[in-house]
Amino acid sequence: MSKLHIETLVNGEPAEFLCAPDETLLSALRSGLGLTGTKEGCGTGDCGACSVIVNDRLVASCLVLAAEAQGASVTTVEGIAQGETLHPLQQAFLDEAALQCGICTPGFIVASKALLDTHPDPSEEQVRYWLAGNLCRCTGYDKIVRAVLSAAAKMRSAQA
Amino acid sequence: MHTQRFVAPFTVAEALRFIEAEPGAAILAGGTDLLVQYQTGSRRPSAFVDVKRIPELMGIVADDDGVTIGAAVPAADIAGHPAVRRWWPGLVEAVQLIGSTQIQSRGSLGGNLCNASPAADSTCSLIVNNAVAMIAGATGERRLLVEQFTTAPGKTMLQPGELLVAVRLPKPAAHTADGYQRLIPRSEMDIAVASAAVSVTLDAAGVCTSARVAIGAVAPTVLIVQAAANALVGSMLGPDALSAAAAAASAAARPIDDKRGTAAYRRTVVGVLTKRVAAIAAARAKER
Repeated sequence: MSKLHIETLVNGEPAEFLCAPDETLLSALRSGLGLTGTKEGCGTGDCGACSVIVNDRLVASCLVLAAEAQGASVTTVEGIAQGETLHPLQQAFLDEAALQCGICTPGFIVASKALLDTHPDPSEEQVRYWLAGNLCRCTGYDKIVRAVLSAAAKMRSAQA
Repeated sequence: MHTQRFVAPFTVAEALRFIEAEPGAAILAGGTDLLVQYQTGSRRPSAFVDVKRIPELMGIVADDDGVTIGAAVPAADIAGHPAVRRWWPGLVEAVQLIGSTQIQSRGSLGGNLCNASPAADSTCSLIVNNAVAMIAGATGERRLLVEQFTTAPGKTMLQPGELLVAVRLPKPAAHTADGYQRLIPRSEMDIAVASAAVSVTLDAAGVCTSARVAIGAVAPTVLIVQAAANALVGSMLGPDALSAAAAAASAAARPIDDKRGTAAYRRTVVGVLTKRVAAIAAARAKER
């Protein structure tokens, strides 16, 4: 099987990789580019662990072919912090103890970032609906929702 | 056998040439069904044809007579489009019920139609709104009412070498509105146990002059229930007419027992949904 040569922007930096025609974006990120922050949960788009942002849209990278990313801009959990400074969402997840085993956390962070990029002042209901496609089997979600709301408030006051 | 080829044509003509030359190829829109079927081994196309670089499949064009929605436009774009929101709130309800935020970034009307699930949420709404499938093939373009598009679970009227390009929604008449509801066992992220879409047209006095009722997940394809529509037409859409429509929908249903619900439960619920949605559509139509 001939490999495809794909050129993308990953976390703001040009990135190229070779992929098989049926390889998922999730696989290309992890195995091709070594960005192992994005996790595989179900592999069928139900759990949200592999969430990344492609061209400003939140997607499950297990249900995107790597070849589709030609020319696209991809944001993964590795692109959320500013150097050594955690993003307010990451800090809030720590402060609110919004994680236990951590496998779902990158997906939640990326999904929450996509929410706050478009809805800086979400209601709790909006947060819960937006994150309905991200499953966490440890926390019971309350702490995650609290963390997202707290990060949103911090980001708004930093803007003001 | 792994899929050996991936192509991303830029024009309808280029896509048609490819699928004609390679009958085993699969059209890839949002991939929310196809790639799941691929990962679980139930579908192994010889090639993926990504149609999301073709402008006709990715645009929403509104004009004086209606709106044309590209077959691969993601649900999130449809639900965010001002003309679609204004004219077809029921269609917006349907597409917003499909999967998670992640799925709505990718899933499309074309995919929902071509996957041909009896529980496809958007299909009921398209049918009650007289939507037309715009199909391209080697011999030119043809149009087919969406209500004629699906023939059985997973089966459609698309012929080999044809491509669903867009769905055309004619602008609703005055005092016309739609609605859609489904029942699932949780608040999000599931497949309909039963569903109903209704569109009604009222006259100046509030009498229903025209109605369309479609029910989902209670037969091999979405069903149009003419008897339910007949029960609404000529009435003020009061409790008696709504109950008659509900009974007609329940009578028309041909559901199966499965893990989502029993046939008897589905038959009852689809009537309840028909009644509720008809009332919602009526309230919306009065405001127009």
